[in-house]
Amino acid sequence: MPMIEIDKVSKWYGAFQVLKNCSTTVDKGEVVVVCGPSGSGKSTLIKTVNALEPFQQGRIAVNGQSVGDRGTNLPQLRARIGMVFQNFELFPHLSIMRNLALAQTMVLKRSGEEAIERGLKLLDRVGLIAQKDKFPGQLSGGQQQRVAIARALAMDPIAMLFDEPTSALDPEMINEVLDVMVELAKEGMTMMVVTHEMGFARKVAHRVVFMDQGEIVEDAAKNDFFGSPRSDRAQTFLSKILNH
Amino acid sequence: MFENFDFDVIARSWQALIFQGLAFTAQVTLLAMAGGIVLGTLLAMMRLSSFKPLAWVAAGYVNLLRSIPLVLVIFWFYFLVPYIGAWIIGAPRPIPVGAFTSALVTFIMFEACYYCEIMRAGIQSIPSGQANAGYALGMNYWQMMGRVILPQAFRNMTPVLLTQTIVLFQDVSLVYIISLPDFVTIASKIAQRDGRLIEMYLFVAVVYLAICLLLSHFVKRLQTRFAIAR
Amino acid sequence: MNYNWNWGIFWELSPDASGTYAQTLLYGLNWTLATGLSSWVLALMIGATVGTVRTLPVRWAVRLGNAYVELFRNIPLLVQMFLWFFVVPELLPRDVGNWIKQLPNSSFWTAVVALSCFTSARVAEQVKAGILSLPRGQQAAGIALGLTLAQTYRKVLLPMAFRIILPPLTSEFLNNIKNSSVALTIGLMELTARARSMQEFSFQVFEAFTAATLIYLAVNAVVVFAMRGVERWVAVPGYMGGRTR
Repeated sequence: MPMIEIDKVSKWYGAFQVLKNCSTTVDKGEVVVVCGPSGSGKSTLIKTVNALEPFQQGRIAVNGQSVGDRGTNLPQLRARIGMVFQNFELFPHLSIMRNLALAQTMVLKRSGEEAIERGLKLLDRVGLIAQKDKFPGQLSGGQQQRVAIARALAMDPIAMLFDEPTSALDPEMINEVLDVMVELAKEGMTMMVVTHEMGFARKVAHRVVFMDQGEIVEDAAKNDFFGSPRSDRAQTFLSKILNH
Repeated sequence: MFENFDFDVIARSWQALIFQGLAFTAQVTLLAMAGGIVLGTLLAMMRLSSFKPLAWVAAGYVNLLRSIPLVLVIFWFYFLVPYIGAWIIGAPRPIPVGAFTSALVTFIMFEACYYCEIMRAGIQSIPSGQANAGYALGMNYWQMMGRVILPQAFRNMTPVLLTQTIVLFQDVSLVYIISLPDFVTIASKIAQRDGRLIEMYLFVAVVYLAICLLLSHFVKRLQTRFAIAR
Repeated sequence: MNYNWNWGIFWELSPDASGTYAQTLLYGLNWTLATGLSSWVLALMIGATVGTVRTLPVRWAVRLGNAYVELFRNIPLLVQMFLWFFVVPELLPRDVGNWIKQLPNSSFWTAVVALSCFTSARVAEQVKAGILSLPRGQQAAGIALGLTLAQTYRKVLLPMAFRIILPPLTSEFLNNIKNSSVALTIGLMELTARARSMQEFSFQVFEAFTAATLIYLAVNAVVVFAMRGVERWVAVPGYMGGRTR
């Protein structure tokens, strides 16, 4: 059973259809990169996986649990799926330590000491243990995003979703974040990543999904996608993005 | 010009003035601020709720009370509260409510409308990504509001909330119309008793001026220290 | 519950021989509107002047303007009305003071003066904020074209500033009308005062105050509607409501 199943999902904003019959899966341990031009719906698609965005048609399941189902306990489901945002979204009024511990104590009901211990371990893993008592406003973008990844990992997720994690970073900080993500992939985390960073895709992705205007146009193994993309749109997109 | 004035009257009655009158005003202000901010925040959350009937009720209440003069609101609650009290405890006749309670209920219910608009702006100014991040971590609505959104909204809005409290402090003077013993009413009684309107009213004006100037100066200093770095 | 509803009370005659209760409420409304509108016109003129002065590069004028605003913002309106009504006539030369006290409708004139000063301070704040929100380049462009500072203010800055502050200015207009009710403490028989006296004579508390409430809501609606019309009439094409980007 795949870890993430997206089955014929469609979504409308009023009369405008933003997702058109999208279907794909992510197996356990797989890394899937979702790419495409702006407005293709890739961010919207990834936000439907943990129900941050509702959808009108289709079915989404994470580890067998249906996301759109009325009976699903959403907070508990979301606690098991980690999400990293384009704008980091650390809580600015809390210290780094408290950012890491907050959801652990409130949602997973861990004890304070356990939450702190876990948080420190992950902070160390992303190389930022020295910043534990600082506030988000005092850190650089790259540092904030690494803390955000640690915050998501502190919940012991079964899968991680990344929504353009490096798009808001200055160029010199992109690599420090990508390195953390590469490590994560090598350890076998199930990852769904919306990104423009094709170097990252080439290194660790198993599959690449290409979206355009709300549809999934191509869904191929990495080498197939980069070697011989089948659709014209994918070819155009790749040529624009790779010739930078 | 000032030869016939008797500023001694201030010295003679200052105890009654300061301790009773100003204390009454200050007490109503502080309690109404606390109650008003709590009720106002709830009203703001109701207005922003996706459950439409709740949003309409809150909006209707806030817009109604902001459209009529405070003088009229004070009369309304002065007459209404005894009836509502009777209805709550099932008494057959309107129950007499103390002056202080009446004033308190009035100002909490009235100022809550203004605090509501302030908190609504504050909540809306927090980027939606913050709520998303909270939800993505598995928090429910109340956890997210209580730990992520409201702390930030309060911090951002503190100067505006305090400025509104200074306005509230001045508004309390209107209890004069129902003869509650606030600073202005007591000064007025003394003025009429001793025939010294000028000295008393000038004194009242100067005291208000001093207190409000001090408070707004304090709020301005606070404004620089309260910004959260993003 | 022991309350006798009587919505027909409005057609009964008021004991103070001024007509039916409905008529007395309308007389009250007249005074409310008269006070609110005349003081608003004055407040606009004074407030616009003071607000503009506070943005000029003349330090003593700015300080004077600031002092004016701080004075009228930090004393409750009720106290200000008492000062104008009871204190000022005594502080003026005896003849002038006596003349003021003998005026028919002295509460009306006092209320208008008091409200004008009170509201003008708030208008001044809005005008200053509006002027300061304009891009710096606007003034520079005016001066570069050879306009004097006065001309730049009149032709370039103030027209845009006023369009920007129309929404908060509408709020101040409504506040001013509502604040006319405070004048009941110095004897002005405006709408709320009339509702109160209707309540005192007839004991029909809720009917009286409901009528007053509905009338204020109606006035509100008319003013908001009218001001929206003004906003549309003065809007600059291509800008959202005349707002600069």
